[in-house]
Amino acid sequence: MLVNEFLLLGAVLFCIGVYGVIARKNAVMVLMSIELILNSVNINLLAFSQLHNNLDGNVFALYIIAIAAAEVGVGLAMVLLIYRNRKSISLDELSDMKG
Amino acid sequence: MLAAADLNVAQNVGFGIIAAFMIVFALNVVRSSNVVHAALSLVAVMAGAAALYLLLAAEFVAVTQVLVYIGAVMILFLFGVMLTRARVGRETDLNNKSWALGIPVALLMLGIMAYVLIKGFGDDHLDPAAQVSTAELSDSIFKPFLLPFEALSFVLLAAVIGAIVLARKD
Repeated sequence: MLVNEFLLLGAVLFCIGVYGVIARKNAVMVLMSIELILNSVNINLLAFSQLHNNLDGNVFALYIIAIAAAEVGVGLAMVLLIYRNRKSISLDELSDMKG
Repeated sequence: MLAAADLNVAQNVGFGIIAAFMIVFALNVVRSSNVVHAALSLVAVMAGAAALYLLLAAEFVAVTQVLVYIGAVMILFLFGVMLTRARVGRETDLNNKSWALGIPVALLMLGIMAYVLIKGFGDDHLDPAAQVSTAELSDSIFKPFLLPFEALSFVLLAAVIGAIVLARKD
């Protein structure tokens, strides 16, 4: 198989995730788009790991999975806190820090 | 170019099916007007990614993907959806006012990345003999990558404590 098949699929998924981060207003949906981006990066790492016949890409992919789990836990706790304080998780309305 | 001059047709056909499946569901994640449908589409994308990892002969990462993403992260997302909104169903205002701006940005990035990847890795073939055994992987994690591994466990501990502190009702 060509390595480019995997790399191009990763690029497509990455761009879909970037579109989601830009377009979505709901904070939970933005977190889901970030998960898409992390997955596309994992596909790339494993493709390179296979291309160079080197284990390091697999180890990095495992670390990314663990970091993503931590990120989702903290992120959803923050979204929950925002929802409790403001009764809304729309990112448009979180403009308190705007000068 | 994508019709590889490779002998293994079955692998390429399998890859094509999985890739199309993943792209369709990923588009559904960012387009769906129903939050629960988006979350379930994300499950499909994760499952497709796990299948691709198997195709890349990385079975331990594939199993971890199923356990952590499909098992744990998606449950967290569904809890997040349930706890932050009363109704489960179609929503009209999930998108920003300037959501259309995302389309040119994503297409521009895709164009640049596709150009660079095709130029850089044009005909590089994956090493069909490359085989990752779980034993080698664990040796790698616990010998050269031991310090990052320990750091990672502290990150997870901090994340758990932080999530509890944030979400706790006082």
